[in-house]
Amino acid sequence: MIKTLSQRLLGPVTLVLLALTFWLGLWVTPPDKVQGNLARLLYVHPAIAWVALYVSFGTAAIASALYLWKRTRSVVMDRVAHCAMEVSTVFIILTLITGSIWGRPTWGVWWAWDARLTSTAILGLFELAYLALRRANDDPELRARRSAVFAIIAAVNVPIIHFSVDWWNTLHQGATVFTENGNLLVHGIMLWTLFLSLFAFTLLFFWLLRARYRVEVLRAQRYDVALDEALAQRRREGVH
Amino acid sequence: MIRVALLVAGKDLRIERRSRVLLWQVLPFGVTALVLCGLALGPTHAGHSSAAPGLFYLVMLLVALLMINRAQVIESSPGTRASIATLGLDPAGVFLGKALALAVELWLTGLVVLAGSVLFLHTALSGTLEAVPSVAVTLAALAAAGTLYGALSGGGQGPATLLPILSLPAFAPLLIAGERSFSSSLHGGSLWRWWLISLVALAAYLAIGILLYGVLEES
Repeated sequence: MIKTLSQRLLGPVTLVLLALTFWLGLWVTPPDKVQGNLARLLYVHPAIAWVALYVSFGTAAIASALYLWKRTRSVVMDRVAHCAMEVSTVFIILTLITGSIWGRPTWGVWWAWDARLTSTAILGLFELAYLALRRANDDPELRARRSAVFAIIAAVNVPIIHFSVDWWNTLHQGATVFTENGNLLVHGIMLWTLFLSLFAFTLLFFWLLRARYRVEVLRAQRYDVALDEALAQRRREGVH
Repeated sequence: MIRVALLVAGKDLRIERRSRVLLWQVLPFGVTALVLCGLALGPTHAGHSSAAPGLFYLVMLLVALLMINRAQVIESSPGTRASIATLGLDPAGVFLGKALALAVELWLTGLVVLAGSVLFLHTALSGTLEAVPSVAVTLAALAAAGTLYGALSGGGQGPATLLPILSLPAFAPLLIAGERSFSSSLHGGSLWRWWLISLVALAAYLAIGILLYGVLEES
């Protein structure tokens, strides 16, 4: 019952928290001293990037690793990896779009050859390649195995993206919350709204993942039914 | 594992030597691509070596894609996979052998394309010679990554079109590291730092290949 309740509440709670984030971000929080109203992207862009790079891609990579480990190998892991990667692709695209919206007035260009931007875009290309790889293989087991290996190779890119602002001279601003010396660069209502946005978008990911997973299960069931019908049809043809 | 690797590398290189595809198709393609890069830059800029390192690696990426596809065609010929499975060869050794063969082919092509960049793009000979060790490491990393991606793309629908989509995002960091270290050899700069990135990438791809190539070949 608790499971059903949590599943039913996930969507409405996510929507309420997202609405609260937007209300706080657009009306309650003050504009930034330097960046003015542009800083309101702080309540959207980092949260989307957090979901794209760590939550969704992490889910896909962990599910892939669990699929490759023989003890935990199951079609569920493959489906979770696939669905999480699809959601991650959407979030990566949104990350790049919201980053560009911030970059145009700040840097003067929609796109800069910056270490973090470039490495994020490369991760997006990896994710598109993952989806292409899945479509190229019809055998479910072969597809699952190859996709899992590919996801793990692509996961090497995530630490590069995370540390790119420290390793290279980059236009992208450094950490504002998890700084090296532990000093917070954002405070008060702005900080709490930032945390709320991270939580709300994380819930949004799990809501989308659950919905996408159910679609995948229904698709598999439909395929099985269609296959059974086709076999029955063949048998009937054989009898006549 | 090393014995299997040498056996597989020897087999692949013998096939290449007999078919002469490397000599008559891949090398001319590399030189043609380099000349086309010079034409695309135009006569005023083609002689300036600042773009040469990037163009060299771009040509080598295209050559690598050709070679990986070629290796996959050889591998997918009737009976090859079955005979490797029957022999019970260590998959890690097979991976290392195939990567080594591909690396040797890329090194040979790389030498010709480097000579071409001295001739057509006017890169300084001393700087180009200084870049040879870093080029060798970067091309070896390219070979290790390429072998892995070749196995991933083989056997499915449209492997020839799938391979670039799978491998080019992974080749991008190698292209950057290779280009920066080659540029450092020509114009001065932190050569070792970029060389180290290629070296780490080579070690990472070798480790992943040794661990996971068997999983790919299970099919």
